[in-house]
Amino acid sequence: MSLRAGDLLTQTREGLYCPLGGFHVDPTWPVPRALITHGHADHARSGHGKVLATGQTLRIMAVRYGEDFCETRQEAVLGEEIRIGDVTVRFAPAGHVLGSAQIAIQAQGVRVVVSGDYKRAYDPTCLPFEVVPCDVFITEATFGLPVFRMPDTAGEVSKLLDSVALFPERAHIVGAYALGKAQRVMALLREAGYDRPIYLHGAMEKLTELYKREGIPLGETPKVVATERSKLHGAIVLCPPSAIQDVWSRKFPDPVTSFASGWMRVRARARQKGAELPLVISDHSDWPDLCRTIRETGAGEVWVTHGQEDALVHWCGTQGIAAKPLHMLGYGDDGEAEPAAAVEEPPAVSDEAVA
Amino acid sequence: MNDFAHLLDRLAYEPRRNAKLRLLQDYFAHAPDPERGWALAAMTGNLTFREAKPAMIRGLVEARVDPVLFALSHNYVGDLAETTALIWLSQNPPAPAGEGGSTLAPPGHNNPPPHIPTLSEVVQTLATTKKADLPGHIADWLDALDETGRWALLKLITGALRVGVSARLAKTAIGALGGHEADAVEEVWHGLEPPYLHLFAWVEGRGERPTTLNPAPFRPPMLSHPIDEETDFDKLDPAAFSGEWKWDGIRVQLAGGRDEAGEQVARVYSRTGEDITHAFPDLAEAITFTGTIDGELLILRESRVQSFNVLQQRLNRKAVTPKLLEEFPAHVRAYDLLTAEGEDLRPLPFAERRARLEGFVAALDHARIDLSPLVTFETWDDLAEARADPASVGAGEDADAIEGVMLKLRDSPYLPGRPKGPWWKWKREPHLVDAVMMYAQRGHGKRSSFYSDYTFGVWRERPEGGRELVPVGKAYHGFTDAELAKLDRYVRNNTTKRFGPVREVAYGIDQGLVLEIAFEGVQRSTRHKSGVAMRFPRVHRIRWDKPAAEADRIEALETILARGEREIAPGAVIAEETP
Repeated sequence: MSLRAGDLLTQTREGLYCPLGGFHVDPTWPVPRALITHGHADHARSGHGKVLATGQTLRIMAVRYGEDFCETRQEAVLGEEIRIGDVTVRFAPAGHVLGSAQIAIQAQGVRVVVSGDYKRAYDPTCLPFEVVPCDVFITEATFGLPVFRMPDTAGEVSKLLDSVALFPERAHIVGAYALGKAQRVMALLREAGYDRPIYLHGAMEKLTELYKREGIPLGETPKVVATERSKLHGAIVLCPPSAIQDVWSRKFPDPVTSFASGWMRVRARARQKGAELPLVISDHSDWPDLCRTIRETGAGEVWVTHGQEDALVHWCGTQGIAAKPLHMLGYGDDGEAEPAAAVEEPPAVSDEAVA
Repeated sequence: MNDFAHLLDRLAYEPRRNAKLRLLQDYFAHAPDPERGWALAAMTGNLTFREAKPAMIRGLVEARVDPVLFALSHNYVGDLAETTALIWLSQNPPAPAGEGGSTLAPPGHNNPPPHIPTLSEVVQTLATTKKADLPGHIADWLDALDETGRWALLKLITGALRVGVSARLAKTAIGALGGHEADAVEEVWHGLEPPYLHLFAWVEGRGERPTTLNPAPFRPPMLSHPIDEETDFDKLDPAAFSGEWKWDGIRVQLAGGRDEAGEQVARVYSRTGEDITHAFPDLAEAITFTGTIDGELLILRESRVQSFNVLQQRLNRKAVTPKLLEEFPAHVRAYDLLTAEGEDLRPLPFAERRARLEGFVAALDHARIDLSPLVTFETWDDLAEARADPASVGAGEDADAIEGVMLKLRDSPYLPGRPKGPWWKWKREPHLVDAVMMYAQRGHGKRSSFYSDYTFGVWRERPEGGRELVPVGKAYHGFTDAELAKLDRYVRNNTTKRFGPVREVAYGIDQGLVLEIAFEGVQRSTRHKSGVAMRFPRVHRIRWDKPAAEADRIEALETILARGEREIAPGAVIAEETP
């Protein structure tokens, strides 16, 4: 290899930067040219010059930030090669949320894949992850510890439905991130045969409507009307995690507090959040899938962006794969980041606005 | 085992006391004997397995999982039992190599369902099996159980359930089975042994009330409430109260009596009813009486009360050697008399009990048991003065072992539990110092994976000129959950170095976060680079506004030290109280 991977992609204050192409990937500050892996707020920020992303990601950004979230936008079609400066880029599905993609960057026979956030587990609301062979694989490690082995989602959804059957008089309030997790829970509930309305907090409405426009069937999802809350016996209500601590959630009949998150795997974390009914549903790869994916890419080198990087770097070492942590700041605020850091959620809509 | 595991799992996620109580009652009403008895023993801290230690569990896991990955996971999860339960790779069938995402094959041909042990079986096996054979048994159980079962099993055998159930709550649930109060269960408790067949028979109306064969039983103590200076004093009449020093020791109960054979029985109980007689043979010798004394355990040298730190050194020793007894002589400063010569004095008013106590201690005339003196006052201002400066009102050289004053209503009976009104504690004002955060570490339990333990430092002159921050202590409480979230974020965003679980944060003349630390005192320490150690430090306020350069200097601590200088043995363990 004449070109080193470190020349193809460098780390700057704004995030990962490709000097040969003159662009950043998922920058945390406004830059002239950005390639965006997916629509979560920590990866997709507003205020860039040119933005290249999948059509679904661009539409998610427009819903979140308004149509003027950047100066010019370009849609990346999955699988198609795009020439930027001296490099070629290709977007491939990442299986994380609707529109999420990995970005393969190639020049002079060297290929680096920036995976963004990804998962291998079943998700009816987005395309499945595609393995892209590469020299350097850049991975997250949100759940990068061997204690994180996520259970089958069908079992978790049935826990919720069992509880609804057991307590038909109590409302079940499920905290779920507004982009991706909420719609995945709705789709999984529909697959499990739940056909009653699923009530939504106001902060989830727009993105859920977008999912429906993109062809994901989610059934009837009315917005909660403030004055009707006390009448929602036995209902399933989805809201952003922050709204659970809010007085908003206390107006429901004897609410059962639930969270859908990979963090629910760890008892202490579930208790910190006050979860009575923890649902272990993750939009990130668990430990076995992180390991499997690294092997399947055939990468000789792994860079770890954020999460529990120490363990994954160590594991790579035991497998003879060179690995280093990037210690990137600013990632992991997508609600499945460590709860302590997860303050940047879409603002919970106040009672008045919901009414 | 699965029913017990299910109960613990439900309890762990249930924040409401009444709901916990319902879960416990439901379990005790339906679980068979002796399963429920062993469960009760586990919840009341009456099951200990000498041979099954955390090190053994660790060894078992490390035989199957990379020790580095296990250590990182343990550090993250913050609980050995849970980490092991989650990370355990079942060998039913053998796990594949590599990262080992093992899954259980469905039971069937050539793969019989694993044997899930009962709680009784676990307890019996742990009690009777030789140490060398234990790991094999435990591994088999871990293979057979699911994650919740593994977690509960490991909680059980490592002896800390931590599901938010106190022994008191468990006893409340038992009492409720037969319409009894928890105190009725407490009264018979010390004559009982697990698995408590007689107790269950009694509360279910199938048997007699268990007679206390123990002639020196534990009596649930009466506890106080902290006084709110702003609001409470206006409502209270100073003439109705009696004042005492609040000693900085540990609350104990001395119980003595004669058994059926006429032999003297002597017991020392902790405030929670734990029998600690074996650790205090010197005190047990002094229990030549028939009665129950409530008092404070202190170390006295040449009639002078030693600091809590000195007491801690005696408490922390495993072996009670003649040398230890000589260097750390235990005493009890008595402040109440609950029974005497078979008479229950608890219904009597405090003033009467006090008079009886004075006579009792005088008649006993033993060097190890003396009377806690009364603090006389007429107005609340008098009392405030005494609290501020105990030495000036008769405490003399013992003043440094006093952590405040107690107020006891003269006409109140002795009521077990924490009734509001009759007893108040008024602690001395803490010292305050502004320090700079230097390192942060992840917490455990409720705060697992938050950076919640902070090492902080104060300024010290460098011999070569300029100044530097020198660590003086560590604090891990005093902030709200919302503040913790901010502090955690601050640590993550200002990390400069990582040392395993510890992060160094940015600090210096022009950067750093100032924490106002409250603490109870300063002691000289050879373990700390600064030479001083704080008593019971906690975060009092977070000074987001204050520049690090304006934090306090080491002289601020040395001044406090000079005021209450006490000698501390090298290698002394710095006292860490639970609030």
